Amino acid sequence: MTTSDAEPRWVDDDAGPVVRPYAMTRGRAIAKNRFNVISLVAATRVAPPAEVGIGPEHIRIVGLCQERPLAMAEVAAHLGLPLGTVRVLLDDLLARQLVRVTEPAQHTNLPDNSVFEALINGLRAL
Amino acid sequence: MDYERSDGDEARAAVLPTAVKILVAGGFGVGKTTLVGAVSETKPLRTEELLSEQGVGVDDISGVESKSTTTVAMDFGRISFGDDLVLYLFGTPGQDRFWFVWDELALGALGAVVLADTRRLADCFPSVDYFEQHGLPFVVAVNCFDGARRYSIDEVKLALNLDPEVPVMLCDARERDSSKDVLITLLEHVMKGRGAGREPASVGS
Repeated sequence: MTTSDAEPRWVDDDAGPVVRPYAMTRGRAIAKNRFNVISLVAATRVAPPAEVGIGPEHIRIVGLCQERPLAMAEVAAHLGLPLGTVRVLLDDLLARQLVRVTEPAQHTNLPDNSVFEALINGLRAL
Repeated sequence: MDYERSDGDEARAAVLPTAVKILVAGGFGVGKTTLVGAVSETKPLRTEELLSEQGVGVDDISGVESKSTTTVAMDFGRISFGDDLVLYLFGTPGQDRFWFVWDELALGALGAVVLADTRRLADCFPSVDYFEQHGLPFVVAVNCFDGARRYSIDEVKLALNLDPEVPVMLCDARERDSSKDVLITLLEHVMKGRGAGREPASVGS
């Protein structure tokens, strides 16, 4: 790819941030997995060194989710990236088994009221 | 979905907490983020969804055609209960637009709080309609701004044409205890509905 043609478009004043969100995802806008905003992300190991297909944002996500799992929305908020971008990055990390991502508990799938009771008791104790 | 479930039995790794969420809806400036902040263990965080071609045709963006993307911001908070349960509270973005973001937020939510301001009661109609249509249990909490209470709970109930089962209560979204009460009332309401209500969806995989 030559830069001479593309460059004037990208340095335009209206271009916004130097690296556009979809540049980090190499143009992919749609994630394969439809992660929920509260899907929990947990690192499976320490942040890997950069390698092909793994950028600084990927490594930041793995670093963020070392201590304790974070919801996808928290990851997005800490990185200052849109949710759609984080979804695509999570796809990459999941494919390399660098993170685990949980599906949130569905209201209708909760087998009994124990979650509700725990929430109510927990809130009362706050 | 091909990602792991909360109750996955991956032996080598620790079990991840169960994550649940409650939505906080209502008109602009009614105190959604205030309520989230009153009970959250951290300052409310903000996350954004970019509205690109996906949203075109879903949302009426006439008048803003020059903008190729629109940003939808959501404020949210977190309350952890020990190591195994975490509750997220999501303020919903502006009403009338961005319904696809609402659909995403509502997916898997336990229920919703509709915050109302009696001075602008109509502002919460779209939220009430949305949750009624989608069958998501909700409570209505009338946020009592300084001396703003103008109508009784019964009058609010009548004005919103609510199902008699739907709890309506007064609250002060700035107060932690008051906001906690709203959430507890919602959870009790959801629990009651589960006991009496529809068949739970089959859990089989």
